[in-house]
Parts: sequence; C-alpha cells; structure tokens
Amino acid sequence: MEKQAAVQSLTDTMAKFTAYIGKHLPTDVEKKLAELRAKETKPLAKAIYLSMAENQEAANRLDRPSCQDTGVIQYFVTAGAKFPLLGELAEILEEATREATRTAPLRHNAVETFVEKNTGTNTGTKVPWLDWDIVPDDDGVTIDVYMAGGGCTLPGSATVLMPGQGYEGVAEFVFNVISSRGVNACPPLLVGVGVSTAVETAARLSKKALMRPVGSHNADPNAAKMETLLEDGLNEMGIGPQGLTGTNSVMGVNIESSARHPSTIGVAVNTGCWAHRRGRIRINADLSYEILTHEGAKL
Amino acid sequence: MNKKVLTTPIKDEDLEDLRVGDVVYLTGHIVTCRDVAHRRLIELKRELPVDLKGGAIFHAGPIVRKLDDGKFEMVSIGPTTSMRMEKFEREFIEQTGVKLIVGKGGMGPLTEEGCKKHKAVHAIFPGGCAVLAATQVEEIERAEWQDLGMPETLWVNRVKELGPLIISIDTQGNNLIEKNKAEFNAKKGPILEKIYSQVSFIK
Repeated sequence: MEKQAAVQSLTDTMAKFTAYIGKHLPTDVEKKLAELRAKETKPLAKAIYLSMAENQEAANRLDRPSCQDTGVIQYFVTAGAKFPLLGELAEILEEATREATRTAPLRHNAVETFVEKNTGTNTGTKVPWLDWDIVPDDDGVTIDVYMAGGGCTLPGSATVLMPGQGYEGVAEFVFNVISSRGVNACPPLLVGVGVSTAVETAARLSKKALMRPVGSHNADPNAAKMETLLEDGLNEMGIGPQGLTGTNSVMGVNIESSARHPSTIGVAVNTGCWAHRRGRIRINADLSYEILTHEGAKL
Repeated sequence: MNKKVLTTPIKDEDLEDLRVGDVVYLTGHIVTCRDVAHRRLIELKRELPVDLKGGAIFHAGPIVRKLDDGKFEMVSIGPTTSMRMEKFEREFIEQTGVKLIVGKGGMGPLTEEGCKKHKAVHAIFPGGCAVLAATQVEEIERAEWQDLGMPETLWVNRVKELGPLIISIDTQGNNLIEKNKAEFNAKKGPILEKIYSQVSFIK
C-alpha cells in the first residue's frame, strides 16, 4: 500500500472505532451492569438500571452516542517500535477525531484554555490527548480509545502521602474521594487508583487502571487484595446508581502501581462512570485489525 | 400506578405535595441552561433570551445535528453535574421564576434555600441516559446564544413525558443527595477500620 493510502485507511478505521465506542459499551462493562442490575433490590435503583438498559438499547437502535458527553478524546497508544506508521500516528489520530466528530456525531468538547473558545472539532492544543508506551520488537500497535465525560472527570484527585500514613492512607483517600465526589459522577463507577511516587505518576497510573477490564486484578497479590477490599468496602456504603442508594456502589476497583521513592506515597483516583466508554483495538503492520473489547463489533 | 406528569407552565400548587424521592415526568418546554448561561445572567447581568417564569431548565449540554432545512435535531441529551451551578442557582430561581431544575447529582444549601423560598424543585434525570431523553424531545423550537457553542447554547425543547425525574430537592428544602451523602459518610469510618487492619503492607 502506498503510504498516503495507508494513512487514509488507518484514519478511516480509527474514526469509525472512535465513533463506535461512543455508542456501545465494552462487553465487560455490559456484563457487570447486568450483574449489578440483577442483584439490586431497591425499587428506585432498579428503575434507574432499567432506564440505563433502555438507553443503551436506544443508542444501538438509533446509532447515536449513548451519553451526550463524549468527552475529550484520549488515546492510550502501546506502539511497536517497528509499526510502519509510527511517525504518522499522532496526525492520524487527530484526523480520526475530527472525522468521528462529524460522522458520529460527537459533542464539541475542546475549549482552548485562556482563549476560552470551543474549537468545534474536538481537536486543539494537545487534544486529542495521546499517551504513549513503546514496545521494542513489535510491528503492530494497540490503542485504547477513551471518552470520559466531565461528570466522571470531576472527582479526579491526587495527593502525596507520607510513608507513615501507609496503605491505610491510600484506602482513606480513595474512600474520601468516592463518598464526597463520586456520588455525582454517575455511579456505579469503575474506580482507578494509582500508587506511586508523585502526583503525576500516580495520576497517569490511575487512568491506565481504568483501561483494564472490569473484574481483572493486579498481578501483585497485595495489590489484588487491596482491590477486593476497596471494592467490597465501597459496595458496603450502598451508593447505588446515581447516588440514589442501592445494593452496590461500584463496578470495581483497579489499582496500578510503580516502584516509589522511599519518602513518599503518591496516590491518585480517577473514576469511570457506568457508561464507561473505552475500546481497545489491535492494528497489525498490514493495517488489518482486531477489536478486543467489544464482542461481535463491526465497524 | 399512574405517571405523575408536570406540565409547563408549572404552578406552585403543582409542586407543593412533591417530596424528595418522588418520580415525575415533564410535558411542555424545557430549556438547556448550564455554566455560562448562569454566569451571564447572575454575574454579567445579561438578560436571558428566554422567559422561564413557570418554566423548566435542564442542566445539559446536548449533541445536536443541524438539518438541511435549517432546523435542529436532538441526537443525545443527558444531564450534567448540577453542583457546578450551585453558586448561581438561588439567584437564578429568584430572577427567572423557574420552577423545575433538572440535572444530575445533588445541589447545595443555596439551591435548597431558593427552592424553599420560591417554591421550586430540583430533579435528577438518570445520568448517561441521553438517547432515552432525546427520544422524549419532540422538537427543538429555538436555539439562543449560539455563540456559546453546542454544549452551552440555550436549546428550547418541546418534550413529552421527559423522565424519570427523581425529586432531589423539594419545596420544603429537603435534599435527597445530601441526606444520602451523610449516610455514606457515617458508614465510611467503620468500613475503613476493617480495611486498615488488612493493608499494613509497610512493616
């Protein structure tokens, strides 16, 4: 394939995939919501779960974004160093965002800061936001597309604890964020927690944690244990869908971590709303692709 | 059970028996009104281009498609976080005479005060259910302050049985989400105590 044709082909795929994830929830999230709905006993909470299911059905039938807030588009790129379009990828993703904005259509959500003008294209300075990881011997690329609305972005919080506060301090921080600000963020939430050195390292990990499937666990046994403890504990609070109280509070808690400075514990929390619109696509060197998050998806 | 349907213009007596947790639907008109519209009226003292007396506002920034005939189609419209408007809402109610505020999550003491004094209510539409709400919009009749861009434009919608709307602040000033939050916070301490004893990983 000529380079220009290849660029056009990948732009087209990514535009379609970006539009697609705004209209369909990933399979793991759909299953979890069905499970939470089945377990729910409070009448008002059950009615909310019913509205949610009706909404997803209508979004599918009418081919529309299921939530009006289609976020500032974020792409988490795990790029093989030998991927043929590595150098073109940033521009491709920007153009794909513009294209998806027109075709889906997506809400215009890029406001240039200080100028305070909506660009009307969902592109702007450093938007779509790109996050890169490089894999040395790979010739493909895996991309997570994520749309977080303003509602579930607002609770986001990070701090640096003193080691004396320990993992007890981490648990307390997570609970404080969710009980005070998570209530307005369209629960049941997926809670992403980053444990690291500083605010920015913890914050990045907390967002990466939201790219992990619902129900998956951190490979470290202590981190996995903490995920379960926090999930069970938050559920015991009974926040329910939309904070209207119910049998559960969250879809899960995912923790990602790095080694840390001995003098600090950086901790961050990011929340994903129930309409957790993320999708993972694997693109091969010949630009064939596989969608990894949505069973039976067709672009 | 029959659906309780409010119709604009809404009168004080339509709201006086409603209590937090009640579910209602709305038929008539509702205008999207969020951050900048509130700021323009309250801080910048600009007159709103719509009459909201007895009316309803929706804390929402929808996706709207412009059709070939110049009309607008409502694609997707769900509530946004109401708490962002807390700073302005009491004065907004006082100045406009709005009776129903639809949004997401709770609002604070200023809105409680405004609802109590001027006989208005705040209600929650289930967040994220934006196509459901769009199918309840019959027509976008007008679009004002389009210079604010798609999310912030004042879209004047004619709706039929928009809902479910869960009353979260009633005309007596009761506040459902604040009550819930107090319950969550009361449970938090004992739950954390159980967790603390199991996460002493630093030894």
